Amino acid sequence: MSDTALHTPETLRSRSEAVAGTLPALMADAQHLAATVLLGTHGRKRSGTGGEFWQYRPAQAGDGYRQIDWRRSGRSDGHFIRQTEWQAAQSVMLGVDDAASMTFTGHRSRPSKLRRAQTLAMALAILAVRGGERVGLTHMSEPPRGGTAQLMRLAQALMDGHEAGDYGTPRPQMMPMGSRAVFFSDFLGDPAAIEAVLGRAADREVKGALVQVLDPDEEAFPYDGRTVFESMTGAIRFETLKARSLREEYLGRLAERKALLQEMCRRTGWRYHLHHTGDAAEPTLLWLYRALEKVRA
Amino acid sequence: MIGSLAFGTPLVLTALIALPVLWWILRAVPPAPIRRRFPGVALLLGLKDDDSQTDKTPWWLLLLRTAALATAIVGFAGPVLNPQAERTGEGPLLVLMDSSWASARDWSDRLDRAGLLLDEAQRAGRPVALVQLTDLPAGDLPSQSANAWAARLPSLMPAPYAPDLVAAADWADGLEGPLETYWIADGLDHAGRDDLTAALSELGPISVFQGTRDVLALAPPRFEDGAVRGLVTRLGASAPLSVEVVAHGLDPAGIPRDLARATAAFEAGATAAEVEFDLPPELRNRITRFEVAGIRGAGTVALTDDALQRRQVALISAGADDEQQALLSPLHYLRQALEPTADLIEGALTDMLLASPDVIILADIATLSPDEEEALTDWVENGGLLVRFAGPRLAASDVARDTAGPLMPVRLREGGRSVGGAMSWGEPKSLRPFPDTSPFFGLAIPEDVQVSAQVMAQPDPELAMRTIASLTDGTPLVTRAGHGQGSVVLYHVTANAEWSTLPLSGLFVQMLERLAISTRPATPEAADLEGTVWTPEEVLDGFGTLRDAGTRPGVEGAVLAEAPLSAALLPGLYATDDRRIARNVITADTVLAPASWPASIPVEGMEVIAPTDLMAAFLTAALVLLLIDALASLWLAGRLSGLARGTAVLALVLALPQGGQAQTEGGLSPEDQLALLATSEVTLAYVLTGDAEIDEMARAGLQGLSNTLWQRTSVEPAPPLGVDLERDELSFFPMLYWPVTPDQPLPSAAAYRRLNDYLRSGGMIVFDTRDAHIGGFGSGTPEGRRLRALAAPLDIPPLEPIPPDHVLTRTFYLLQDFPGRHLSRDVWVEAAPPDAEQVEGMPFRNLNDGVTPVLIGGNDWAAAWAQDETGRALYPVGRGSAGDRQREIALRFGVNLVMHVLSGNYKSDQVHVPALLDRLGQ
Repeated sequence: MSDTALHTPETLRSRSEAVAGTLPALMADAQHLAATVLLGTHGRKRSGTGGEFWQYRPAQAGDGYRQIDWRRSGRSDGHFIRQTEWQAAQSVMLGVDDAASMTFTGHRSRPSKLRRAQTLAMALAILAVRGGERVGLTHMSEPPRGGTAQLMRLAQALMDGHEAGDYGTPRPQMMPMGSRAVFFSDFLGDPAAIEAVLGRAADREVKGALVQVLDPDEEAFPYDGRTVFESMTGAIRFETLKARSLREEYLGRLAERKALLQEMCRRTGWRYHLHHTGDAAEPTLLWLYRALEKVRA
Repeated sequence: MIGSLAFGTPLVLTALIALPVLWWILRAVPPAPIRRRFPGVALLLGLKDDDSQTDKTPWWLLLLRTAALATAIVGFAGPVLNPQAERTGEGPLLVLMDSSWASARDWSDRLDRAGLLLDEAQRAGRPVALVQLTDLPAGDLPSQSANAWAARLPSLMPAPYAPDLVAAADWADGLEGPLETYWIADGLDHAGRDDLTAALSELGPISVFQGTRDVLALAPPRFEDGAVRGLVTRLGASAPLSVEVVAHGLDPAGIPRDLARATAAFEAGATAAEVEFDLPPELRNRITRFEVAGIRGAGTVALTDDALQRRQVALISAGADDEQQALLSPLHYLRQALEPTADLIEGALTDMLLASPDVIILADIATLSPDEEEALTDWVENGGLLVRFAGPRLAASDVARDTAGPLMPVRLREGGRSVGGAMSWGEPKSLRPFPDTSPFFGLAIPEDVQVSAQVMAQPDPELAMRTIASLTDGTPLVTRAGHGQGSVVLYHVTANAEWSTLPLSGLFVQMLERLAISTRPATPEAADLEGTVWTPEEVLDGFGTLRDAGTRPGVEGAVLAEAPLSAALLPGLYATDDRRIARNVITADTVLAPASWPASIPVEGMEVIAPTDLMAAFLTAALVLLLIDALASLWLAGRLSGLARGTAVLALVLALPQGGQAQTEGGLSPEDQLALLATSEVTLAYVLTGDAEIDEMARAGLQGLSNTLWQRTSVEPAPPLGVDLERDELSFFPMLYWPVTPDQPLPSAAAYRRLNDYLRSGGMIVFDTRDAHIGGFGSGTPEGRRLRALAAPLDIPPLEPIPPDHVLTRTFYLLQDFPGRHLSRDVWVEAAPPDAEQVEGMPFRNLNDGVTPVLIGGNDWAAAWAQDETGRALYPVGRGSAGDRQREIALRFGVNLVMHVLSGNYKSDQVHVPALLDRLGQ
């Protein structure tokens, strides 16, 4: 695979920075983060731990002396307690399918599906970090974190190792309750696994988006003649005498798969987006930005 | 052999039997599948092909393959078109070529024939000697391999003369047999051919190859009966033939042209045809050569000489003496002598000068009117030849008594003298033999020439030099003096027989001819040319091309007149003094006779159809067919698509033998243009940050610095260039100005690699964080943090703040501050080596060599330097005159910076210490 088709650790960061530079900071919705108690910059519109002033309330039995705001209390007869706003950060979990099928590119001038997925994921991560969110990878065992250093860790983790096998499934090792999740894949593998993951995510009140990354060749099927099709690892083979005659049926199956994914998303409240590596990455990033925003109730 | 097609190894053709088998095998094998990686294969599993698609090779592809194989088989069988019956024979071989002027017309045929004979000899492994009869080898027979001769064959040329076969027969007598001879003859019967044939027959068999083309010869045209007539002779065919003869010459402007054309028509069976040119004398005199149009060869070129170029001679005698008897007329003998060879005009002097004659002869004319004398003098100075004869009037006049004047070669004594007459003592005098400095040298003096009276020349230092003929007592008879481009000749006797018998003798005519007054009517005799040496001006080669003779040696007159043409005496134009003689290949008495060969010698024609080896053609065809097959197979298998198809077709086109060359693309790539732009002048450069405002400020700053450099120093930079670190080549720039912005993207790894190469190879980067007003070096401003991020991967040496003795403080101006828009001392450069120590009494340390690779500061220099197109500052610096001073110092720092980059540590040199000490007031 040529240099442009796949990322290297040093180029992934700079290219993602360039893509992320074109959008304002992403402020993901933090409404349903009841269970994620980590401090962030999002006000919870109720009292809790945080840096910003929320309200004064009369002291009640059980409140410690230390909690009493003496300056406020001195201006009246009662005792008041100064409460700060409960602030929490949103967590965005990113899943990038790095199985062998993602390394496919139909033409030298196009990036591989994997590289495009990594770019999108990284750009999203950068946007989120700029917005003060926490970002993590679904297959990383560490919890999501914020900050620029996390971006470097993400970039490294995205580049680390590839999943064996032809088709990958989302592997949510870490999916905090109520966080956002985005899965990038071609979703050509077993749809049952995807369905199971989406179900589990829905159970944990995790919402998000499925981004199906496809190469234009996979959409067009521009093949003809006697052909042996092999999966990227070579494990699956299929021989045809006249590839062109299979085109209609293939496209039918592909449309079926897309419809299935959309149906799954519809049932779980997730969102589905199709991205082609032949197109620019920005529209998809914009879509993701909107998609993660819109979930806000 | 099938018709005119034969095979080198016919047995290979039996392989054609295998073709049907191949057909059957190919038919059974389907085309191989393509293996293609495709992630969507999961969706394909379970799909079924429709059965209509054939898995067999289509018939036309089979046909193509079978045809390709058949062509290859036929090709390997070695097909030859027009196979040559091999000549048998062994032992040494002698190839004789006449290579005379008559061979020139079909010279290439002869070379081809000789080439074929050499090829055969090569195949038979026979040693060969190739001999041109016009150029006999000295010594032994030059036996060599046929290959060696074949390589020299193209350089052989026909000679512009006939071979000397008598000498060749002698040479052949000295050869030792056995020796087979192939004789490529020109078809003419040269003298001695029989002898040579006999001599060669004794050595071995002879085969003669003789062309069938006509041999044409053009005899030099002569002036007869008021027209120029030439004779074209031919040998060979008897059919009617008309050839065109062209007269070449110079037009009045001196440009070579066809002056006239005439046709010579051979009647059926005729061997000669006459050609006639009717030309006015002016045109006729300009003709330099005649040629038979369209035929190469020295035999059809006739050079002209004085024989054709008749001179115009004006004869003037004193007074109207019509009543005189003819034999007493002063002009009678002159007319008689000149009439056959020159055009004579007579009349009044002024009228004749208008006709610009070549020669004017004044017979016994003493005085001329002043304007006549002036006109005549002009004419002589412009190249005329004035000949004067003495006589009673001249002797009686005062002409040339005191000075010779322009129209007399010598001064004359009063009266003249008379010897041997009735009233005088002594005998009539005869002529002294001509000295070798005289133009008459070599002429025989008849006994009966007697001079009885003459005019006498005054003794004079120049007299001896001017005398070209004298009497036995040493008194001059003919004197000559040059004047301008022409000359004046005086006969000291009369033009009639009154004073001497000279006009009665043949010597008189010869003397006139030697003086180029008359021209010889026909081929000169050896006696006429005795004692003269003729230098060749132009010579003919065998093809009839006229070439400059160069440094060929002169030829003696006798040899020129009579010796046969040879390598030493080439046909051409020979000149001495004013006279010119042409030696032509063909003379009036040349007879073209066909060569006759003994019946025992086989005579073959020259025409051969060379055998054509078709093996290469067949194999190429097979290759092309296979190529087409490969493309067709790819197309069938669906592997040809888009660009690949174009490339394949292009490859096919290139593989076909067309000799086409791909056009090289003109113009320069953008990289080359940048390189040209950056390297033709010193160019300052800045790094493009992506922030349009900062980039423009950096550009304007460097433009302002460039303007300042142009005004104050000998550095004259080109307009600054912005460089994109990801794309542009850096090594052209002496210095990079890099304004740091907090949000500029990090360069890629490749860009860092190039930046490091740039720094290591002597480049310099000026980092400007432009934040000296809010923070110092290493502080936490956004620019400072960005600078650390940007510079981390760079190969930067240890730094220190500019020490007061750094060379930057004195490369052009003496500076201690380095302000830009901001005034901060926090400017960092490469640290001095730790062992640099200040010597006692020296103001500067002896610092390291080289240029600091980086300079880091935050003074926003570009803003201080920035100027618009009209040279006005773009950004405010400081306030009032202090601000102006600050801007000036900033510009001086910029000048120092560029000087430092361009001249290195030159100013570190201790040479300048005394001057600097003086400036510093120490």
